[in-house]
Amino acid sequence: MPQEHRLILKHVDDPNYGPDLATYRKHGGYRALTKALKMKRKRGAKGALITPQEWLREEVSRSQLRGRGGAGFSCGLKWSFVDRKSGKPIYLICNADESEPGTFKDRQIIYKDPHQLLEGIILSSWANDVELAYIYIRGEFVEGARILERAIAEARRQGYLGKNVLDSGYKLEVHVHRGAGAYICGEETGLIESLEGKRAYPRIKPPYFPAVLGLYQCPTIVNNVETLCAVKHIADNGGDAYAKLGTPNNTGTRIVCLSGHVQRPGYFEVEVGKVTIGELIFDANFGGGLRPGRRLKAVIPGGSSAKVFRAGETFQLKGQKKKVKLLDLPYDFDSLLQAGSMSGSGAIIVLDDTADMIAALANIADFYAHESCGQCTPCREGSLWMSKALRRLAGGQGRRQDAEQLLHIARNIQGRTICAFGEACAWPVMSVVEKFREEFETRGEEHERAATEAKTN
Amino acid sequence: MSLNIPKKLETAVNRTIRNYPQKRSASLMVLHAIQEHEGYISPEAVEWVARKLELEPINVHELVTFYPMFRQQAAGRRVIKICRTLSCALAGADGLRRHLCGKLGLDERDHRLQITEDGRFSLESVECLAGCGVAPVMMCGDDFHEGVTPEKADEILKEKE
Amino acid sequence: MVSNKSKKKTAPAPETITVKVDGQAVDMPRTMPDPLTGEPVPTTMIQACKIAGVEIPHYCYHPKLPVAGNCRMCLVEYGMPALGPDRQPLLNEDGAPEIRRMTLPYEPGTPRGAIACATPVAPGMEIYANSPATRQMREAVLESLLINHPLDCPICDQAGECKLQEYSVEHGQAASRFVEQKVHKPKQVDLGPRIMLDAERCILCSRCIRFTKDIAGDDALGFVDRGSYSTLTTFPGKPFDNNYTLNTADICPVGALTSKDFRFQMRVWFLKESPSLCTSCGTGCNVVMGSREEQIYRYEPRENDAVNSSWLCDEGRLNYRWIGRPDRLADPLRDGQKTGDWPALLQAVAERLADAKPGSTAVIASARQTTEELFLLRRLAQRLDALSDTPARLGEADQLLVSADKNPNTNGARLSGFCFTEMGINLPKIASGIRRGKITNLIVFGEDVTRCGIDRALLQKVECLIVSDILPNETTARAHFLLPGCAHAEKRGTFVNVKGRLQRFFKAVEPPGRARPETEFLTDLVHRLTGESLPDNPEGLFNHMASEIKAFSKIRWSDLGDTGVDVPV
Repeated sequence: MPQEHRLILKHVDDPNYGPDLATYRKHGGYRALTKALKMKRKRGAKGALITPQEWLREEVSRSQLRGRGGAGFSCGLKWSFVDRKSGKPIYLICNADESEPGTFKDRQIIYKDPHQLLEGIILSSWANDVELAYIYIRGEFVEGARILERAIAEARRQGYLGKNVLDSGYKLEVHVHRGAGAYICGEETGLIESLEGKRAYPRIKPPYFPAVLGLYQCPTIVNNVETLCAVKHIADNGGDAYAKLGTPNNTGTRIVCLSGHVQRPGYFEVEVGKVTIGELIFDANFGGGLRPGRRLKAVIPGGSSAKVFRAGETFQLKGQKKKVKLLDLPYDFDSLLQAGSMSGSGAIIVLDDTADMIAALANIADFYAHESCGQCTPCREGSLWMSKALRRLAGGQGRRQDAEQLLHIARNIQGRTICAFGEACAWPVMSVVEKFREEFETRGEEHERAATEAKTN
Repeated sequence: MSLNIPKKLETAVNRTIRNYPQKRSASLMVLHAIQEHEGYISPEAVEWVARKLELEPINVHELVTFYPMFRQQAAGRRVIKICRTLSCALAGADGLRRHLCGKLGLDERDHRLQITEDGRFSLESVECLAGCGVAPVMMCGDDFHEGVTPEKADEILKEKE
Repeated sequence: MVSNKSKKKTAPAPETITVKVDGQAVDMPRTMPDPLTGEPVPTTMIQACKIAGVEIPHYCYHPKLPVAGNCRMCLVEYGMPALGPDRQPLLNEDGAPEIRRMTLPYEPGTPRGAIACATPVAPGMEIYANSPATRQMREAVLESLLINHPLDCPICDQAGECKLQEYSVEHGQAASRFVEQKVHKPKQVDLGPRIMLDAERCILCSRCIRFTKDIAGDDALGFVDRGSYSTLTTFPGKPFDNNYTLNTADICPVGALTSKDFRFQMRVWFLKESPSLCTSCGTGCNVVMGSREEQIYRYEPRENDAVNSSWLCDEGRLNYRWIGRPDRLADPLRDGQKTGDWPALLQAVAERLADAKPGSTAVIASARQTTEELFLLRRLAQRLDALSDTPARLGEADQLLVSADKNPNTNGARLSGFCFTEMGINLPKIASGIRRGKITNLIVFGEDVTRCGIDRALLQKVECLIVSDILPNETTARAHFLLPGCAHAEKRGTFVNVKGRLQRFFKAVEPPGRARPETEFLTDLVHRLTGESLPDNPEGLFNHMASEIKAFSKIRWSDLGDTGVDVPV
């Protein structure tokens, strides 16, 4: 039976573990940083002499670490895009705006092991010549922000931050910046605008790629909390060791958040791709199965913006002769993409047969209509249109054509917006309506019939 | 109502501003500080923040109306936020909300911020609070509460009274 | 439209690249100047299409503003040369590069659009500006923009020049699929002294916000609330009242921002449009006068990158009502008596001046007169050995358009030789000449000389006061001969602005009553006094003048085009 593999969450649930620096150090904390800062020039993978910073960047590339925020983009590649010749300062922002519905992993790290995050931030900043970094934390994590502030103060006192980090000559300041309840701040360019003190309107790309024109129009790296923690472990054990965890191109561990209709909702750190969706939902180690007597209806595999899977679906994956059943799908980046959805932020929401898909989708659509920043037309107007149509359908005023029309509205949003919020609001609608179309059409017909009857009576 | 920013708060604000290469970046942090002190962000507060950050008032007004955590009116002494998003909804958040509305004498059809007649509590629906694994969740003031059943909610209210 | 003549010579011409627009290969520079900084920035698809003569529908894009990319109307399907694993272009059987139509990365069957306003062109790119996929994307954006729009075209001032209407004809659907309740927002919002907002009509393109922040330098507008509820506003209680607010009504692609001055005055399709100039200061902003039945209803800026870009100050724009004032001078007067007989009147003036002793006449003319008029007045002054001068008119300048010189043709007055560089230097001499009885005849064009050092008492001493003007004043009241002239809106002519831009303007409306263009009666007077026959049409007169004035050498009336030419000043 597959087990959790706790790397980042190794200590968080230990009753003797705490968020203070002494505890962190007792458990090997800041070892990787101390080692890295003492490192001399050395031979890189290609044989040339490289700086210690280049070494860490190489290790991160070798680790094949993929971003844990949602897009699963290669961290090493992201760092490689940074414009290091602009003469402008380079900034690093830790994206701690955790807001994708279903996701609650970063919170565990921030509240219970803030120094691990801080060490990841310091190492990543150091590797990228960053002297000023911010942690953009969602506004509702009031206590989380305080914990981070305390951790930063402790680290500064101990010389891990400040004008001369561990006497290495390296200079770094980290500040906590609180958001104020806007989901769109999780989008990296929206986050940058927000950090600049503006409405979190995502920027157009081109030309505003953060690696070149980010915070204050300077090169900027935005990494998720969990990603930065992984960097710490890569620095500690090497990129190759990290890449041995998980599966090819889906390396390392990742924290899976399980919620909805399971017996044991919660967070589980697993090797990527070594555990299937079925195991995550049903194994006693993980979700522990559904409530007694219930059957699985749907799985949202990567936060609410991921396309839904319907129970019983099968998928043709690359290099596999036989179709793979939903429950046998390895929980990794690539398999889920091939299956037409995504692992997103690592959040699985399980729906059993008591779930009303129309009500569930209306709930999701309300979320996106509320959170659309309103900057660009398709998302601004489309997200509210879908939410209103779904509320009407859920409220008994449906029509048979609503299913088709919802698909149409959603298709007019995806791929046409400034940021990926367009997909985030369109995909749930497209997938739920496509995969549960009969529920929508039946409901619409019932409402139409009832309306006609009411008229004739 | 006139704005009264105590010296201590202003000092803290000044310190926050120094954390950023550009003053404007401090906007959200300063607004949080003002709201913590005043309970909400008044037009006078918007103008004060704008002056402090060398901005136009509209620049700050744009933020106060964009970010849901900022209020333009006073709320009850304790603000209860109930998550309404999917995982919490599947775990009975709406029942919890209706229970609290009934208990506090508020309109259960209204999801926006409402204040009890005695001004002791405010209740509002909010989007995902990142507590989906321990749904339904709610916040009372700055504190998180997990797995909140109606009974547990009653206890929390009693405690906060 | 835009003249190149004023643009400063820049370093080497940018590299040229070739892209295809709707199948047609077009060469274009790889970079073009940024609208704000002038720095070279990559040429975008929308600019490329414009070069190819293909208009891409858009709302938020404005060539003079920073790109926002929010309306998504300019989404176009496009293709790029396909690259092999070695990053070399793949070739078709015929040897031409293989072009791959862009598709969504997660849905390879679906075309992927790019916003033409912000996407740089690249060598070999193909833009499908009218493909079915492009048209479908436009239709969808338009539908989204209309679902919450009030569709109140019959009572909307923008009707007739509204981009929602225009594109609806081309890309709209006949019936709405939207059965939900529309979002309601504030209407008839008094945004400032000159601007009204209907927030329900607003499509949130942010042109007005960008204009007032980045061009006018007054960061006064913003959006409040979120998503579909987003609403344009000022900070409550802070009126939108800078001197450039009306430009936001011009660039508002829909009927959200309207001019209070023009609201409900006239349906735009009834307006006759005449290219003209603003006369409120020395900048010489290019305008389009909108008129109907000899009445002017509005000025709108006319693009001229050498002068006013696409903008106009509010003060200048609204300074047109005097043209139609009921007390306009409409009849020639002799000793206060109406006379309908222009030839007799001019004959009498000529006789009077012919008999004048050399040096006994002085000419004061306004730098609001056209260059041609000042040229003719200079001819008269030379014939009469008269002192001539022009009163300066100074005020406040601003950073954008408004000049401290409140005369529209100061440089015309100088270049025509009518006055010296130091304007008004002769005025005290003229006053003293009158006082000493040396100057007995005074010719005044377009000025109230009682405000320029020749007070009423002194004016009484003038034996013959010949005045041309368009509105009554202290001087016209005392004229022995009053020759009613034309507002610039009623004639053709040229002005030279403070920077030496020589520009022409055209007639929009007829002058009142018997008033006549000044060049008509001035050429007549010159002929009667000197025997010289000068062309009596503005074109001919200009060409003749240009042959005499060094700064205007070789310039013909037709050379002036829509945007004028630079002359040395």
